[in-house]
Parts: sequence; structure tokens; C-alpha cells
Amino acid sequence: MSDLTHLSISDLRTGLAGKKFSSRELTQTYLDKIDKTKELNAFILVDRDKALAAADQADKMRAAGSNLPLLGIPGAIKDMILTKDVRTTAASKILQNFVPPYSATVVNRLEAAGSIVLGKTNLDEFAMGSSNENSAFGAVKNPWDIERVPGGSSGGSAAAIAACLAPYALGTDTGGSIRQPASFCNIVGIKPTYGRVSRYGVVAYASSLDQVGPMARTVQDCAEICQVLSGHDEFDSTSVDKPVPQYVAGLKKGVKGLRLGIPKEYFIKGLDPEVEKAVRGAIKQLESLGATTVEISLPHTELAVAVYYILAPAEASSNLARYDGVRYGYRAQGSKDLMDLYCRSRSEGFGQEVQRRIMIGTYVLSSGYFDAFYLKAQKVRTLIAQDFQKAFAEKCDVIVSPTAPTTAFRIAEKVTDPLAMYLNDIFTIPVNLAGLPGMSLPCGFDSKGLPIGLQLIGKPWDEETLFNAGFAYESGTEWHKRLPEMAKV
Amino acid sequence: MAQAPSRNGKSLNGVVMEFEAVIGLETHVQLCTKTKIFCSSSTEFGAEPNQHIDPVTLGLPGSLPVLNRQVLENAIMLGLAMNCEIRRYNRFARKHYFYPDLPKGYQISQYEEPICERGHLNVPMDGAIRTIGITRIHMEEDAGKNIHDSRTHSSLIDLNRAGVALLEIVTQPDLRSPAEASAYLRTLRQIVRFLGVSDGNMEEGSLRCDANISLRPVGQVKFGTRTEIKNLNSFKFVERALEYEIARQMSLLKSGKSIVQETMLFDSATGATRSLRSKEESADYRYFPDPDLPPLVIEEAYIRSIQERMPTLPEQRSKELVDGYGLTAYDAQVLTVERMNIDFFEEVFKVCQNAKLACSWLTSELFGALNTAGLDLKRSPVSARNLGELVKLIDSEAISGKMAKTVFEEMFATGKAPGEIVAARGLKQLTNDDDIAKVVESVFANNAKQLADYVGGNDRLHAFFVGQVMKSTQGTANPKKVNDIILSLIKKRRG
Amino acid sequence: MISNEDVKKLALLARLNLSEPEAQRLHKDLNSILGYMERLQKVDVSKVDPMSHVHGATNVFREDELKPSLPVEAALELAPDHSGRFIRVPIVIDQGGEN
Repeated sequence: MSDLTHLSISDLRTGLAGKKFSSRELTQTYLDKIDKTKELNAFILVDRDKALAAADQADKMRAAGSNLPLLGIPGAIKDMILTKDVRTTAASKILQNFVPPYSATVVNRLEAAGSIVLGKTNLDEFAMGSSNENSAFGAVKNPWDIERVPGGSSGGSAAAIAACLAPYALGTDTGGSIRQPASFCNIVGIKPTYGRVSRYGVVAYASSLDQVGPMARTVQDCAEICQVLSGHDEFDSTSVDKPVPQYVAGLKKGVKGLRLGIPKEYFIKGLDPEVEKAVRGAIKQLESLGATTVEISLPHTELAVAVYYILAPAEASSNLARYDGVRYGYRAQGSKDLMDLYCRSRSEGFGQEVQRRIMIGTYVLSSGYFDAFYLKAQKVRTLIAQDFQKAFAEKCDVIVSPTAPTTAFRIAEKVTDPLAMYLNDIFTIPVNLAGLPGMSLPCGFDSKGLPIGLQLIGKPWDEETLFNAGFAYESGTEWHKRLPEMAKV
Repeated sequence: MAQAPSRNGKSLNGVVMEFEAVIGLETHVQLCTKTKIFCSSSTEFGAEPNQHIDPVTLGLPGSLPVLNRQVLENAIMLGLAMNCEIRRYNRFARKHYFYPDLPKGYQISQYEEPICERGHLNVPMDGAIRTIGITRIHMEEDAGKNIHDSRTHSSLIDLNRAGVALLEIVTQPDLRSPAEASAYLRTLRQIVRFLGVSDGNMEEGSLRCDANISLRPVGQVKFGTRTEIKNLNSFKFVERALEYEIARQMSLLKSGKSIVQETMLFDSATGATRSLRSKEESADYRYFPDPDLPPLVIEEAYIRSIQERMPTLPEQRSKELVDGYGLTAYDAQVLTVERMNIDFFEEVFKVCQNAKLACSWLTSELFGALNTAGLDLKRSPVSARNLGELVKLIDSEAISGKMAKTVFEEMFATGKAPGEIVAARGLKQLTNDDDIAKVVESVFANNAKQLADYVGGNDRLHAFFVGQVMKSTQGTANPKKVNDIILSLIKKRRG
Repeated sequence: MISNEDVKKLALLARLNLSEPEAQRLHKDLNSILGYMERLQKVDVSKVDPMSHVHGATNVFREDELKPSLPVEAALELAPDHSGRFIRVPIVIDQGGEN
């Protein structure tokens, strides 16, 4: 039998059902592997006992005849997502001892489907970052080259999947935080349409942009998890009550006749030529499978980063006001008065990048600047969303682009220049601003052996087409089968 | 809109005013929904500290608000009652400030898009009606409570109240005196209680008021510099704080000093206001639309359906009492102070069909007895039906007014029906003419001498015979009939 | 361009304590980032509505129905300091709360 940790979710399901291995054996195998790859720093917390107890429980349920879709299959949860009675930190000192009294809806859904939580994955503090260097628990390393970043903010989840430390992981994506690390780590990740997946129990970064999604090694695995996550939640007013299609059942539809929009603004100066070549290659491959291509224009693309870095920090400055050292979380000791308690708890509890974004957000919302920055950005956001609406209405079914302009960069390479770091998100940010579904999947490697991601962007609520196109492409390629050496330990 | 009466020359505490007061009120009304505005925790008053908490109330990471439908309905209902336009497109906004009783570091409120705008309220004042402009009504969440413990130099936080639904009602600066401010508040309280959207209880904090006040020379159009007095939690305090602040501002203005725009607190112990902070120190709330709450789009049909379910308002019911039932304006006002009163009255009326008598027995006898017993109408031992039956007995002359008082006392003490008491005590009034005539004849027979004098022309003996008849019937005879029958029998004898 | 003084005011508004070097670093970062934002000022948005919410969902409600609360212990365990059933903080001097 091959390495259990390399198996897909459907193979794991078959194996468990056929009693080839138990959930306990499987869980134990992952836990051991997590132990052996600690240098990645992919996990903030692993609760072996709890995971094994849940595996035993799953084995018992299977013996009793249960066949829940994810019964006994482990997964990893980004530590931005609340797990009842299991510490949840958002990779911040301010939540370093926070043990939530409730679980996020997505965690409840996974557990109700039989899945087991292996542990909580590392991230950029409060999901603010594109490199996973902004963690109070240390940077995460890229399994393809441990001198490089795994991307961010869901860097721990991406590294864990790439190194086969879990069959799937949850990420959150506010400006590319699932897709960009997926691209840097040669895995698949999808950010569903805004409102498709509940945000209840997910630490809020920027509420109008945040969305939870799955990360895994194949399109089908992502589709399996997305199926469990999706659907209306009465606890999240922005989650939408729309029927969820059967993603896996429809995967073999193919791409014949599918119209691919190629946005000219995404193939620009600053795009690594090796990345461009791989993406162009992928587009050709899709054409050879029966898709057609058309050039489209998304003229407001170059404004997206500016819009995002006004709106996201504005919402973040508001969402992070609750971390005040009063009701939970870190409180500075020996405060002389309440003001001192607030200021010291927050400046000692939040890291540099978080404080930077709180400051930007406070500025753009403050009186006298609101109209020029915040309101203006909301209006340009409308224009960016309209660009996509127009393209989908007139020209194409799916938009294809690179996920990130480069492959994984070196640790510490960009930390001194926040703006350069922000510009790394240029291809992923517009998707969040427009609330669309977006997927990244492996489409090649550069000359340094680093993975390249292909981004597929869909119409609102049309994750299905992304899965179908992604599956068709993946079935004709081998990129996703390549694993880093670390995955083979 | 009615013009404000000039206060020119009127005195306040004996001081002749050359200035007139310009007052606007911002009132917070706590709604009596079962659950909080954005989560399903209880709003029950008087629970143990931190009993009604949940992830949303605590502002835990990941918690999200979901709007209580009842809050929107109540807001629209109050807006309609205050003659407001209902905004068709509404958004909630976040208002940011740090305070330990505010769990999220922001309050979910409405900013530029309040649910109700541009209304007015008719306020009865000294027998006339003043129309007070309503700028806006918006929905928001309440904060928790801090208890300050100077002994241990700490503040203790109870979040039970955090997230309870509030409506904030903002008037135009149309009020001209502390008494008007107080009359407006009483009318507002009456309306929210009529609608059943709030208990309007100022002691429990269900009705809280901030007042903006400035003075200007009489005849000047431009407003003076205003101060804001926070957290006035009784009608009395509203009047006292405004009186104090008017006097304070007036003495400054008269000595040629200017008013500083500032926020004040009223100290009910000293009866004085003191500065909390100046305008320069005022916070920057950084309002922006709350992304967690989708906008509200209010359809005409929805407004209509709420209108249809709305109880008739005191103003209208008062009019019906005068025009339809022939009650005096004063009686109508007494009956419409509370919805409970008028509902009770209508039930009494339904049984007895005599509005004046029903009103008088309700407002003088029952209210008097309740007041003495320290009860309210909800806990009245006398039901509306029984009071109606009593009035009916009086109206049909089955019992006399005097007997009725005895019966009422027993009804109040025992909760029994009047018929039951009358039967048990044999109190039934003697009303049959023949029966009364028999008693009269027997009294005549026993008092032959007096009868002879009376027939002979001494009319002063009439009262003597009435008294003798009432005595021999133990007061059960209908006095009017006794009177009439004696007169007619004497007339016969006089030939 | 924002001044060093502005940075300090913002920090106070956001309840952050900045050391002098941190304030200077943030001052520089903020000016570079806000400078980049300037490109938005050129866009004509006079006929554009702001996008505050995604996908046009409206009128989302729940019914006024009670659900169980968290036990008070859950709150007290999370709180850095408590006294009896209360969460405790250093004394609040200004009693106004919101302005």
C-alpha cells in the first residue's frame, strides 16, 4: 500500500469503508508526519489526544453502519476559525490563550460530516499578510523550498497540504489568502462566492470580503469539502439561501464550448515571464480540450490594490476594536487606568502589520477623510465589480489568469516594503472586491522548481464551472501529482 | 406646524426672561422584544449579572449580528404613530468608541439612513396642542452597564443589557420650556405604551433622555450655542436639569459671557449640571455601513400591513370618547393616559352601555381604590365585566348609588360579581310602584297625626315621610320613586 | 501627506501606544501607502453608487425567539479579571460612555 498521506479523499473513503485501514491508523499517520515536519511551522496547535479520540469514535460509528461523507477523514483548520474548547489564536498574541466557547459553523458542518480536526494551522496574524511571516507563532516555510514563504495568509494550511500533513485544510480568503498560498505550494484552493459559506465563528478581518474555502491537492477533493461547507446559515446574515449544486457529480462535464476570458490587464509588466508562459500553456491545454478563448478587458484592475488597502483596513480597524483586553484575550498587566489598559493591551497584543492596517483603517474612516478615501474606494469597488459583470454578460463563462505575478519569494525579501508586498495580491484582490468565486490550481513550475498557479474566476454562485474546468485541466496534466521531498518522509 | 408660543415676559423662578429657551430632545426607548436586537438572548430586566450573554453579546471573535424582525416592525410602528416618513432603503452603521460596556468597540446603529424621518408629534400642553417636529427615529443596540467601585478602584461590567434594542427619537429644537420638554416626554411615553413597543419605564431605564438646550434673545431667529445634558432618567430630572441649565446659561449671558458648547451631566443629588467634555474633545465615531448586515428595503405593502395591525392612538381614541361617547375632554384625557385604561373602559361600556357612569365609576371609584391599595389596573380585583355589571345595576335603578358603594367595596375586597353580592345581602332595590305604595300606606297609617298635618298643607312633613319609608325598607327603596309616590298619594288625599 | 502629529492622534483614536521609532516608521509607511491610494482621486465616480454589500441581498431577519444563553462561567473563564459574576477593569473615570 502506498503512503496513506498521499491518498485523495475519495481513496481515503474507499480505504476506510473497505477496512484497509482504520481512521485511527490514518490519523496516527498524519500526526506522526506532522511531528516529523515541525520545521515547516505549519501548525500552531495539534491536539493528538483529541484527534485520536475522534478517530476512535469515527471507527466505532463506521462499525455501527454510519457512512457519513467524511467519516474518519482528518482535516486541518486555519487558526482563524473557531473550534469549541480548542484554543484559537488568529496567530496573534492578543488571542494567545483564547479558548472559544463555540465552534464556527464550518467546523460544525465538517464534524457533522464525520471529519476529524487534526489541528490548527498557522497564518499571518488576523489573516493580514501574503507571506505568513506576520505570525506571532513564527513564519511558515514553503515545503518546496524552506527558505521561501508559502504565501499567505493561509500559509500554514497550504504548507500542510503540500507536505501531505492532511488531506484537506480550511483557509480564509480576503484578498487572495487561499489562492496565493495554493499557487505558491502547488495545491488547489477555492474561494467560494461571497455568501456561499458561513462566516459565523470565523475571526473577522474584512467582513465584506472574507470567505472560507477548502484547500487540497486535487480539484475533486476541494469540491468534496466545498460541498460540506456550502449553504445558508441562519447565524450569518450575509450567507445566502441558494441551492448548492452537487459539485462532485458534475465534475466530468468537460470544457467543450466553455468560453474562457483572458483579461489583458492581468498580463502586464511585473508578471514573471515564467509564470506567464505556464499560464499561457494552461490556456492552450484548455483550448485543446474544447474551450474557446476571448480577450477581455477589466479596465479598473490597476485600482484594485488601492481600493482593497482602503476597504480591508477600514473594516479591520472596526473588527479589531473588540480586542481591548476587557472581556477576553491579552490584557497588559499593571495598567494604571482604563486608557492605559486599552493602549498597552492592544499595542503589546497586536503585531506590526496588524497595527499598520488598524492605523490605515482608522485614518480612512476618520472625519474629514471618509469621503476622499473610504467612500471613493467603495465607488471604485462598484466599477471593479461592473468590469466583471460586463465580461461575463458579454463575452465569457470563466476568466483565466495567473494567481500571483511571481512564484514564492524568499523569507524576509519583502517585509521592509509593505507596499511591494501588497502589490503581490493584484490578481486575487479584484475577485474578493467583486465577491466572485476564484480557484487556484497547479499549472507548472519555474526554473527554480517552484510551483505556479492558474487562477479561474467564475460568475457569482458558479463554483460548479470552476470545478468542472479545473477538473478537466487537471485530468490532462501531471502538475498536481508532483510532491515536494518533504511530503515523502 | 404650530408656532411655538412666545415665552416673552413669562417668569421662571421669578426671574424675568429676555431670553427664550430652545430645547431639543434625544430619547432612547428600550423596546420590549423578548430577545435582543441582533441575537437570541433574553432582554429580561433584573436578571443576575451576565446571565443573558452569548457570543454576539460578548462580542466574541467570529460572532455576527442577525436582525430581530420585531425591532424593525416596532420602529416602523412608532414612526407611523409619530407621522414620520418611512425610509425605503436602510442600512445599519457602526459607531466606534471604546468603553468597557460596549463589547465590540462599536455600537450598531443607523447613521445617514434612519428608518423614520421628518415626523411630528402633537403634545397636549395646558389645554392646547403643541406640534413638535421629529427629525428622525433610528434603531440601535444598547450598551451594558458599568458599576463603578471606587473602593477597589475598579469598574464591574454586566452585559445583560448589551444588545437590547433601542429606538432613538430625535426632535427638532421645537420645545421652549422644561415643562414642554416634560409634556413631550409624557406624550412619547404614552404612545410607546399604547403601541406596546416599550414599557416606557424611566426607573428601569426603558426611557432615557438627552437634552440639547440653548438660549436666544426673544425675537432672534438664529440659535444660541447649545449644551447637551446626558442621561436624564426621570420626568422630574428632565425639568430640573433644564431649569438649572437655563438659569446657568442665562446668568452667563446676562453677565456678557458666552456659552461653551459642551456635554454636561446632571447630578440628581445636587440638582446641578457639570461639564463632561467640550466639543473639541468630542470623539470621532468613524461611522461606516455595517458589512455584516444586509440593507433593509421597506416595501409599501409591508408598511400597510403594520399600519393595519396598529392599535388606535391616544389622540384618536380621546377624540372618539368626546365625539362618540359624549365624555368631557378631561375624562377622555384621563382614560387615554394608558392604553390599559381605555381598553378597560371599553369593556365596562360594552356591558353597561352608559359611558358617563362607566367613566365616573372607573376613574373615581376604581382608580381611587386601586391607588389606595397600591395596585395598578392590571392587578385590579374588580374585573371590567363586573364593574360593567355594577354600573348596569345602578343605571337600571336596581340598586341605589349608595348601595352601589357598599357593593363596590365588597367587590374590591373579594373579587365577587355584583349580582352575587346584591343577592346574598338582599340589597335589591325596591322599585315596583305598587310595592312602594304599600309601604307608603303603612307609614301613613302609623303616623296619622303627621299625615293629617301634611294633607292639611304642611309640606315640610314630606321629608319626614320619605325618611320613614326609606327607614322601613332599610334603604332599598328607590328614593326618587318614594318621593313621587308620596307626592301623588298626598295629592289624592287633598282631593 | 499626514504629519507625525496625525499619526499620534490616530494611534490614540485606535487605542495604540506607539513608541517614537514605531510612530516614525508608521508615519513613513502610511505616507507611502496613502500616496499610492492617490490614484483613486483621478477616477470619475460621480455617477457611481458605493458598494457596501455584495450581491444585493436585503431584508435578512430572525424571529424574536429566545435561545439558550452561554453560562456566565464561560464569560468569566475568558475574562482576564472578574469579581463575582462581573467582568472587572480598572475604574472608568468618565461616566459618559458614548459622547
